[in-house]
Amino acid sequence: MDSIVATATPGIGLRGASVVLSDVEKHFDSVGAVRGVSLTVAAGEFLTLLGPSGSGKTTTLMMIAGFETPSRGDITIDQRSVITQPPHKRNIGMVFQNYALFPHMTVAENIAFPLRQRGIDRATRARLVFETLELVRLPGYETRYPRQLSGGQQQRVALARSIVFRPRLLLMDEPLGALDKQLRESLQLEMRRLHADLGITFIYVTHDQEEALTMSDRIAVMNHGLVAQIGTPEDLYDRPCDQFVASFIGESNFFPCVVLGIEDDMVIAESGGTMIRALAANFPPRGETVTVAIRPERLRFADSHPDMQRANRVWATITEAMFAGERRRYQCRCDGGVSIVVKEPSGATSRRRAEGEYVELVWSVADTVVV
Amino acid sequence: MRSSAVALPPIAIILPVSRRIAPALLVAPLVLYMLVFYAAPLAAMLARSVDDPTWTVANYRQLIDDPVFPIVFWTTLRTALIVTGGTLLLGYPVALAMSRLSRGAAAVVLIIVLLPFWTSVLVRSYAWMVLLGRRGLINEALSASGLIDAPLKLLNTPFAVQIAMIHILLPYMILPIASVLRQIDGSLPRAASGLGAAPFSVFTRVILPLSMPGVAAGVLLVFVLSLGFYITPALVGGPHDYMLSMLIAQQVDLLNWPYAACLSATLLATTLLIIAVFMRLPGVRDVLRSVTR
Repeated sequence: MDSIVATATPGIGLRGASVVLSDVEKHFDSVGAVRGVSLTVAAGEFLTLLGPSGSGKTTTLMMIAGFETPSRGDITIDQRSVITQPPHKRNIGMVFQNYALFPHMTVAENIAFPLRQRGIDRATRARLVFETLELVRLPGYETRYPRQLSGGQQQRVALARSIVFRPRLLLMDEPLGALDKQLRESLQLEMRRLHADLGITFIYVTHDQEEALTMSDRIAVMNHGLVAQIGTPEDLYDRPCDQFVASFIGESNFFPCVVLGIEDDMVIAESGGTMIRALAANFPPRGETVTVAIRPERLRFADSHPDMQRANRVWATITEAMFAGERRRYQCRCDGGVSIVVKEPSGATSRRRAEGEYVELVWSVADTVVV
Repeated sequence: MRSSAVALPPIAIILPVSRRIAPALLVAPLVLYMLVFYAAPLAAMLARSVDDPTWTVANYRQLIDDPVFPIVFWTTLRTALIVTGGTLLLGYPVALAMSRLSRGAAAVVLIIVLLPFWTSVLVRSYAWMVLLGRRGLINEALSASGLIDAPLKLLNTPFAVQIAMIHILLPYMILPIASVLRQIDGSLPRAASGLGAAPFSVFTRVILPLSMPGVAAGVLLVFVLSLGFYITPALVGGPHDYMLSMLIAQQVDLLNWPYAACLSATLLATTLLIIAVFMRLPGVRDVLRSVTR
């Protein structure tokens, strides 16, 4: 108990826990919700499990928390297996999607709940509740009941309650899902700040790719109960390993291609009569059918970018032109028949193009990936 | 999530009259019915206790002087308290179990809980006579197994009244508690557990306090119903287990209508007083506020 009191000041003497999942599976009535997930979360890391609903991300989180028992595999926290440990002994903070605040308790009682369970004395409880409310920027709300708070305030109380006992690991299950966009964005920043201040390990579950990209050190993209790809936000955005990741994180254009050959570190492929050079993790053999992905905002109109080097080029007809605030969005059909999207920043420097216009598109080889 | 200020309440759509009149129209038939068939006779009965044939409080004076009345009154209160306590102790765990079961299994348990309602109180009370009698099932079984030599006196005792009433009133305790328990958000016990609460703590700190609205409703229902119970104590109780309702019936049999009316008025006043006090208990008040907010 002393350790809690001693480390009550945020950021001092705290270290996050490391978490390792080894080939973890979970079956519900023989249906595999999680089908062999292996993950290593470093101490102090902010890892996001990102995926569509039904991808197994929440089940994975629940197994780490102890609310679900894996059908197979092992979970260790700080090198110790926790499989047989009940949730109340794991000392993990958890924020639920609906906040799960106790409606019959005040804000202070809610936050003091984990402290009471650990036998912390009244004075220390009061001090920690006060400090933690300051930390989540909600001072003075001690005597309110959850029903008297807005969604964002409830979220902060839930967060305070899950960190007040200084766990070394914090799990969050879509904690911002129920909030409106602006509040979500400001809370994302606060989560990052808290993560930096506390120094503990965060495992965060979301289906919102923007949220994942903004907050995480690393993202594990999950699909059908498996980790499709794990890496930093830049890795995933720039080097998606397959079409699912390429389309789930951000938007992508896909060209079906046939490989013509390899040149230096590039794959040379052909799509509908157009030559495309692309980067690849491994080199497919000549004649193989592959898909090449390009982000819509990395496509440019050749007439306004005459100086592009080492570039791929394709001719296309604009079929739809849309204004979307910060950018213009063009739907185009390439000469080869492939339908693609081009996004161009709006403003005085770019010309608004008309539907039906025949344009040449150009983009850097470095932005072209075989998926 | 927030509805706009000008949103029409659903009843305004099915009943397109002024917002102030609509609720009144909806409750009017029942109010009328209650006035004619309940309030009017009740008022006549109350009047009769003080108007025989001219204004008098003689009946109430007789009530105070009656040596039997306090005994009967205490028996009634004690029985109601014991029955309430018994149904709560037996009913809460069942309600808790129902809240943990899958939807299908909970429905089966619900039907079993409601089974007693399918037969009348009279039949069930007779059944208890068959069970508890000197030559009843229980005594026969105990004698046959050699546990007792002479039959136990079970029937016509306060004990018989209490267990029969507990049996009959159990559903009134289980149903409100189960309904409240089922509405408790499943993530709350999870959150408590994740925050370090052992299973027993999860129950005492989260489940139990959150189920108090159901407990309050069940306690009130069973207690008030017990106060006015008639058939069961009359059939399985003994000569010393007179309850207020039996005393009233006896006076009616003697055609002593004014005194019966006076006893009825006393029972009604007692019941209302107990409800009023109960609603103002600090815990219950908070509970009701949290439900009706």
